[in-house]
Amino acid sequence: MRTRIFLTLMLLRTAALAAQDPQGGFVPVTEVPASEQLPSLPLVITAYAFVWAAFLFYAWTMWKKLGKVEQEITILSAQISKPRAKP
Amino acid sequence: MRKAFVPLLALAGLIFMTAPILIMRARYESTMGLVQKIFYFHMPPAMLMLLSAIFCGLISMLYLIKKRPVYDWIAFAAAELTVLYGAMAMVTGPLWARKAWGVWWVWDARLTMSLLLWMVFVSYLLLRRYGGPGSETLAAGLALFGMATSPFVYLSVNIWRTLHPLTSVVPTLPVDFAFALWYAFLGFLLLYIALMTMRVRIEEQRALVDQLYLESEE
Repeated sequence: MRTRIFLTLMLLRTAALAAQDPQGGFVPVTEVPASEQLPSLPLVITAYAFVWAAFLFYAWTMWKKLGKVEQEITILSAQISKPRAKP
Repeated sequence: MRKAFVPLLALAGLIFMTAPILIMRARYESTMGLVQKIFYFHMPPAMLMLLSAIFCGLISMLYLIKKRPVYDWIAFAAAELTVLYGAMAMVTGPLWARKAWGVWWVWDARLTMSLLLWMVFVSYLLLRRYGGPGSETLAAGLALFGMATSPFVYLSVNIWRTLHPLTSVVPTLPVDFAFALWYAFLGFLLLYIALMTMRVRIEEQRALVDQLYLESEE
């Protein structure tokens, strides 16, 4: 049944394409039609999102580094202040 | 300065959240339309990249003369922020150019010199990361070259023929454009100061760790 539907649709599509007139010539225009123009919004959104993401990523890596170093200081300070066993 | 970190970060965040409102309210540029709005997030990091490169060079010069570690920490932080802001300018610029010029990139004087300046500071960071002992002195010398390049990057659009807008664009901006631009610039600047404070603090703490290791070994 599915194969029959598929074949029917394919035949209809071919018939529709055959019914179209072939392009007899090119018509010049001075400007690219609006539908063909590259949309600006995705470019603007990408630019703003990248700046935000770069800042957040950098701040996050700095925060992690600072936390790690401060933890190391706490451990070392505790080791130094601990009274050493006499030999 | 350390106490100012949180308020600075909060203020910068507030400016960043409100800047798009001003940017949206500013009129459209006649030939570029909506895509010109990238300008407000392209020019501030690009300008701060140049200023940061000059700042890094000056502080590196002080380090070479006086050999005080604090100058090295500040120069290292400035180099890292030059790369961060440079990356922002290098990404937002081609996104704008794709629509405005029809290409992502052109090898004209401004773009090529900006890329070279950015690469100088990337090599600074690589040198610091893999250079071993004594790399801070070599890196300081490299920062001087970066500083010397910066004025040429800025003036390149006036000296050579390029696709990039001239330096005369910013001083002649209409009021609504200028207000949105300098408001965004303030946000980028405050973030620069906040991140710089944090980065210097990390270097300071690292020096303390080295000192504590020495003490624990004695």
